[in-house]
Amino acid sequence: MSAHASHAPKRTGLWDWLTTVDHKKIGILYLIAGGIFFLAGGLEAILIRLQLVYPELNVIGAKTFNELITMHGTTMIFLAAMPIIFALMNAVVPLQIGARDVAFPFLNSLGFWLFFFGGVLLNTSWFMGGAPDAGWTSYATLSLNQYSGSGVDFYVLGLQIAGLGTLIGGINFLVTIINMRAPGMTFMRMPIFTWASFITSGLILFAFPAITVGLVLLMFDRLFGGNFFNPDAGGNVIIWEHLFWIFGHPEVYILILPAFGIISEVVSTFSRKRLFGYSSMVFATALIGFLGFMVWAHHMFTTGLGAIANTLFGLATMLIAVPTGIKIFNWLLTMWGGQIRFTTANLFAVGFIPTFTIGGMTGIMLAVPPADYQYHDSYFVVAHFHYVIVGGLVFGLFAGLYYWWPKMFGKMLNETIGKWNFWTFFIGFHLTFFPQHFLGLMGMPRRVYTYLAGQGLEVGNFISSIGVIGMTLGTILFIVNGFVAAKSTQKAPADPWDARTLEWSIPSPPPEYNFAQTPLVRGLDALWVEKMAGNKGMTPAEPLGSIHMPSPSILPFLMSVALFVAGYGFMFHNYWLVGLGMAVNFGCMLARSLKDDPGYHIEPEEIEGKGVKA
Amino acid sequence: MATHHAHAVLPDEPEKATLEGKNKILGFWLFLGGETVLFGSLFATFIALRDQANGGPTSQQLFDMPLVAAATLLLLTSSMASVMAVLALHKKNLKQLQTWMTITVILGAAFLALEIYEFVHYTSMGHTMGSSAFGSAFYTLVGFHGGHVAFGICWILSVQLQTVKKGLTVVTAPKFYLACLYWHFIDVVWVFIFTVVYLMGMIGGKVG
Repeated sequence: MSAHASHAPKRTGLWDWLTTVDHKKIGILYLIAGGIFFLAGGLEAILIRLQLVYPELNVIGAKTFNELITMHGTTMIFLAAMPIIFALMNAVVPLQIGARDVAFPFLNSLGFWLFFFGGVLLNTSWFMGGAPDAGWTSYATLSLNQYSGSGVDFYVLGLQIAGLGTLIGGINFLVTIINMRAPGMTFMRMPIFTWASFITSGLILFAFPAITVGLVLLMFDRLFGGNFFNPDAGGNVIIWEHLFWIFGHPEVYILILPAFGIISEVVSTFSRKRLFGYSSMVFATALIGFLGFMVWAHHMFTTGLGAIANTLFGLATMLIAVPTGIKIFNWLLTMWGGQIRFTTANLFAVGFIPTFTIGGMTGIMLAVPPADYQYHDSYFVVAHFHYVIVGGLVFGLFAGLYYWWPKMFGKMLNETIGKWNFWTFFIGFHLTFFPQHFLGLMGMPRRVYTYLAGQGLEVGNFISSIGVIGMTLGTILFIVNGFVAAKSTQKAPADPWDARTLEWSIPSPPPEYNFAQTPLVRGLDALWVEKMAGNKGMTPAEPLGSIHMPSPSILPFLMSVALFVAGYGFMFHNYWLVGLGMAVNFGCMLARSLKDDPGYHIEPEEIEGKGVKA
Repeated sequence: MATHHAHAVLPDEPEKATLEGKNKILGFWLFLGGETVLFGSLFATFIALRDQANGGPTSQQLFDMPLVAAATLLLLTSSMASVMAVLALHKKNLKQLQTWMTITVILGAAFLALEIYEFVHYTSMGHTMGSSAFGSAFYTLVGFHGGHVAFGICWILSVQLQTVKKGLTVVTAPKFYLACLYWHFIDVVWVFIFTVVYLMGMIGGKVG
């Protein structure tokens, strides 16, 4: 083997971003890509609400409406929410456990590019014969060739590619958290966001293969003459529903658990108190993750599984309220008696608690099977899941972004703009979705492109559409805030919030090796322990030494492009394209295996030269 | 940690000697957990659809015990060969390791050849992907497994060939170890396929 290169390969600009394996840069890539898809999904939502502002409108038409609701849901779940979660996990988790990188930096990059090209493939459907139009759940037989357009092919292939990226990311974080913790960082000293990321990654690992199988079966039916969902040839459409929700229900916990983690960090920091009931918080997170796999059929109460199945799944669903309730009380008791600072991050966190509780309460209502027969497929369901996903997850993501922005970018977000951001988004959100509860109870079905006048649905729909203005303004203010921060010359300090965990013990943004010396962790809230002991920073667990870093690589990008190309080949039955894409993909895998990555070293002189010490 | 240098003396259990090696082994076990859900979903689908022959040949008419028994014997033996390979790895005996891996690959390729013959034979009997829901479920489940075998053969070959040049090091040892883990996994999946698809498909008429 050749000797190590002693210097970082000099890469700049676009090439640096395409080849990076640094978790901090990959986090930024996830944030930018997820943010762009969030804007696309938001634009789709605006058009949906425009169509519904008055009864019997025909602004966009029924066909486009079907495409918009399908793409809005699919984009927001798979291409906006998950990547922004991964952005924060990448930016924060390795720092919180005192690691220099994730366990598999190369796979980290591969996971990002697979998600990105899967998302791009899905969205190119708009320009190539129409977007998928069978709903984000794509139930068979509606999603088969007879009843839906070619858009569903893009759904099937795009989500397979993106899902592969997510699965890779999940495994990476599991191994990182199990194997890469700094000395002294036991499991029960891990920051709660790291715990949430850990359990979310476990859910990803066991949930995503089920949707992959579902998508493969649907692909075979649509493109290769399969009969899985074709009742004429003995197929069974319920199989899709099961596979989809065996993935789909854990998926909602994959989304919300990281938000719980963020809220816990933010509430604790800005109450200047240790998180109340840390152990019960860990227990509750794990229990929610476990129960999350036991309740998928509550999405199928009206399918006709029978009274026994419905009862059991209903009861299991209600059980989840117990650990969730534990969490809500823990947040309240963390704030109790604390020195609370209402920064923007904390405003979002405090706004989250009642909003999410409302969403949880309607969830309990939906878990009662006889009542669900009334709510099913109505706007009540739409209101419920937007309360938990927007009022829960998106509020959590905003809180997390305001909180960790200085660590990610080295600049502070403006607090005044931030407060406007919060209030416009918060008020807009409740205006949009609160009336939808009542619209649903009055019988307005979801997924229908218009409604009749004179049925009492006008006012609710009008208010709902007006609320969109608030959420749009809030989102625009956030983007403005990001640009203002980028232009600002003032650098963020290492620890702007007087916070408690390891990521705040190193500069903002951290150097590429994160910790010059791996820190020694002496308790929960590792940095706070040192602050209370009167120390300036963390005690190092090792002497200054040469730091080994992984080499950047273009292969993950190439592999993802190759699968993207092969995806088109499958859709258009062009087997030259399939062969080309697969050959490049496997060729890249072979190249990665054959050529050992010696990495490079950062020497102690360079570390001290940069004036950075942990 | 000088993880990438060829060591004069290879440590014991060289696959776990570096943090990279440990990470890979843990990550691969987790990956196999995900694969279990993947095959579990395919099995569930197959069980739901296995009696839906749609007027075409049923499993009782199609399956032939001698052929399936031969395939099973080949794959189980190949799995044993990969166990011998891991023992050789722990003895740091590269020559033995390569021999056992070669035997694994040859047996795996023979299994694959039988499976291809079987698929061609069934197709000629009118049992295809498009003929019935049973056909779709059968070819997807068994084909997914066959695809895993084919990938495994290519993988092991690529590890064997690169080791000829690189020698047995703390970099190449985890590659052998992971390939063997993978091979055991697809062997276990086959045991379930043999039971659920073939045995349950040959006895009686409609079961369950």
